[in-house]
Amino acid sequence: MNLRLDIIWQEAPQFAAGLGNTVWMCAVATVLSLLFGMLMLPPLISKNAYLSRAARWLVDAGRCIPFLLLTYLVYFGLPSFGVVLDKWWAGLGTLVLYNTAYMAEILRAGWVQLPAGQTESARALGYHGFALVHRIILPQVLISVGPVIGNQMIQLIKDSAFLSIITVPELTYAANAVQSYYFVPFESFLVATLLYWVLCGGVENLVRRGERAAALVRRGHG
Amino acid sequence: MPSLAMLLDLLHGAGITVIVSGLAILAGVPLGLALAAGRTGQAPLIRSACALYSSFVRAVPVVTFVLLIYFGLPRLGFALNPLPAAILALVLNTAAFNSEIWRAAIRDFPSGQLEAARAFGMTRRVAFWRIVFPQIWRASLPTLVNEMTLLVKASPAIAVIGVVELTRKTRQISAVTYEALPPLVLAAIIYGALLALLVAGARWLEHRLTRHLRTA
Repeated sequence: MNLRLDIIWQEAPQFAAGLGNTVWMCAVATVLSLLFGMLMLPPLISKNAYLSRAARWLVDAGRCIPFLLLTYLVYFGLPSFGVVLDKWWAGLGTLVLYNTAYMAEILRAGWVQLPAGQTESARALGYHGFALVHRIILPQVLISVGPVIGNQMIQLIKDSAFLSIITVPELTYAANAVQSYYFVPFESFLVATLLYWVLCGGVENLVRRGERAAALVRRGHG
Repeated sequence: MPSLAMLLDLLHGAGITVIVSGLAILAGVPLGLALAAGRTGQAPLIRSACALYSSFVRAVPVVTFVLLIYFGLPRLGFALNPLPAAILALVLNTAAFNSEIWRAAIRDFPSGQLEAARAFGMTRRVAFWRIVFPQIWRASLPTLVNEMTLLVKASPAIAVIGVVELTRKTRQISAVTYEALPPLVLAAIIYGALLALLVAGARWLEHRLTRHLRTA
């Protein structure tokens, strides 16, 4: 078996463009879903039972749906409500929407592990609602759940490959385009999977560095 | 509008999802254990090979991996039909994740127990099956089930090679009815029910497996 890596090399720009799209979409989606996840945190941990139950239900429902099904709901289902998104907005929107539920749950799990005294003393000092979450809870929770957010980002990168099905030109789409034009499926998908490996390895590496930095911060204050 | 025929059609797709995921779990859990055994074993070459496999497969999107298996394997000399290729891809994928779960359980196993078993004259093999496995199996079950739910959620990836499971079924139905929303919403509910069933079943099993550990 001789590998036609010359074709892959010749089509390198297409792979690079696909990889570029995967990277920027995933980076933007991670930041936005983390921000929206933060907005979901106050209702999730609210003392108002109706509010927290409604938020809980939303988050749980979001985590039950396969990513591809949510992509279909956004891309093919929303037009029934008069909302028509092109593939880019649908793809990015689905990435953000899907991961918001996971980020909210990750942040809530971090909050549960936070000593209750932190919240109680902040309340005693007059903090409540968003100020309580944003000034007291979030900074501590974000440091402790950093690695989990990194894992979620890896999950997000892998889910983004589903967007090739609605023809968003990301990495898997590029690999599929090259393979169907030149009929070099093995080489094409092998290169794509190796690129994903490098990408996810890079995120893992960043997380490990962040963890070390966070340990330093904690020691400094402890 | 949702109809009974549509629901039955979707349940047919759900059946494929359940069968494919079920087979992948049945084969992937023991295969993961074998990989974990390789990684914690004594042959350095096998250790690195298992570690490399696990690292690579866990970093690759399921969609891309399914495409690699289905379109790539014929180049290595054996072609598979879409359904077997889909099952193979899901087995290989979930086995990598399961190997990490088994490995963590083996690593955290109290070494004193193993040493005691060895001191009693058990071979490594006997000690593993008599002493280690019955305990790590119960400890790993919740994490394994978590991975099973992730597998069910990743299973729509097999639609890219034309296997008509639950998610792809929704597109087939809308192609006929020109209505996208009803099958999608019904499918979301079916996925929710499947996952709830899986988690409930696992809780029941866990409860039974740990019955002897509870004092009445």
